[in-house]
Amino acid sequence: MSNPIKTAALLGAVATALATHATTASAAEQEKCYGVALAGQNDCKAGAGTSCAGSSTVDYQGNAWKLVDKGTCATMELPAMADGTARMGSLEELDRDLPQS
Amino acid sequence: MTRQAQFHAAILDPAQPAPPGLTDGQNRPAGRRFSVYRNNVTHSLTEALEQTFPVIRKLIGAEGFARLARAYLRAHPPASPVLSRYGASFPAFLDGFEPLAHLGYLGDTARLERALVDSYHAADAASLDPAVFSETAPDALPGLRLTLAPSVRLVRSAWPIHAIYRFNTEDGAPQPPATPQDVLITRPDYDPRPRLLPPGGATFVTALFQGHALGQAAGTATETAPDFDLAAALGLLLSDNALIHATLDSPE
Repeated sequence: MSNPIKTAALLGAVATALATHATTASAAEQEKCYGVALAGQNDCKAGAGTSCAGSSTVDYQGNAWKLVDKGTCATMELPAMADGTARMGSLEELDRDLPQS
Repeated sequence: MTRQAQFHAAILDPAQPAPPGLTDGQNRPAGRRFSVYRNNVTHSLTEALEQTFPVIRKLIGAEGFARLARAYLRAHPPASPVLSRYGASFPAFLDGFEPLAHLGYLGDTARLERALVDSYHAADAASLDPAVFSETAPDALPGLRLTLAPSVRLVRSAWPIHAIYRFNTEDGAPQPPATPQDVLITRPDYDPRPRLLPPGGATFVTALFQGHALGQAAGTATETAPDFDLAAALGLLLSDNALIHATLDSPE
């Protein structure tokens, strides 16, 4: 059996880890953002047998999502749509830019 | 041979004739239809391997990968009907695949890719509230036992697999250095992340997996690597939501 490290060293390390965690936790969070991914670039690494990652077929497809930093989804700049309307990302699925069926 | 065994053998080997007695809806021999089916089986399993091991495919090229996939799928047909699980033995197969023996890092790189997909499909679990650490009495802290999330995986290697993975998946990632690398796979929110572990990190995580208490795990890691950074290791586990549970040893 190996010797456990000194309690003081352990306490210091735990305190440092907690302090660092408190300051970085909110910055690292991400959220699903619909309607911002280029065709074939949507996220999801589910692997074989799924129809998931890279399955979007049009740019900015409204029902395909990509992970983005929290709070940036609705504010990121996207090119305007063909009719000149501004295009916005959304936390919910959108019915714009859907592939033609 | 039973008819089922005959069918199974012929499905995986194009040199075999179509099993006898196959007919279409109008009682005509269905040998060509069998060939179409045989082709689809090989194609779909090859595609499944391509999707799970994109870095291996990039490293050896599309044609080489297709040949490798055919050799593998004939020797190791799926054991589960779930396609995303296919290829569990692919890394070991690569280790023993003579034509690629000069690329020693392929097996461990494949282990990393397989573990990323396993992590993706692992069960969800609510992450540990870090307040547990401040609420635990300081002298009891070494006895704290931490449980890792079901999505956490550890891949240790004598090769720089983290850098190889990054170099082949990220634009502008640096050239892999000639060093061994241990990788911790975590799933902070939806997608698994491969994290490079510093010296001692893998020993620490292994001890946690084995159920050792925090003090014991940190001690073992420090013995393996004197400069083991416990604060960094714990910080990584906390920020990636890799811890789900903490229990305290009952006092003696």
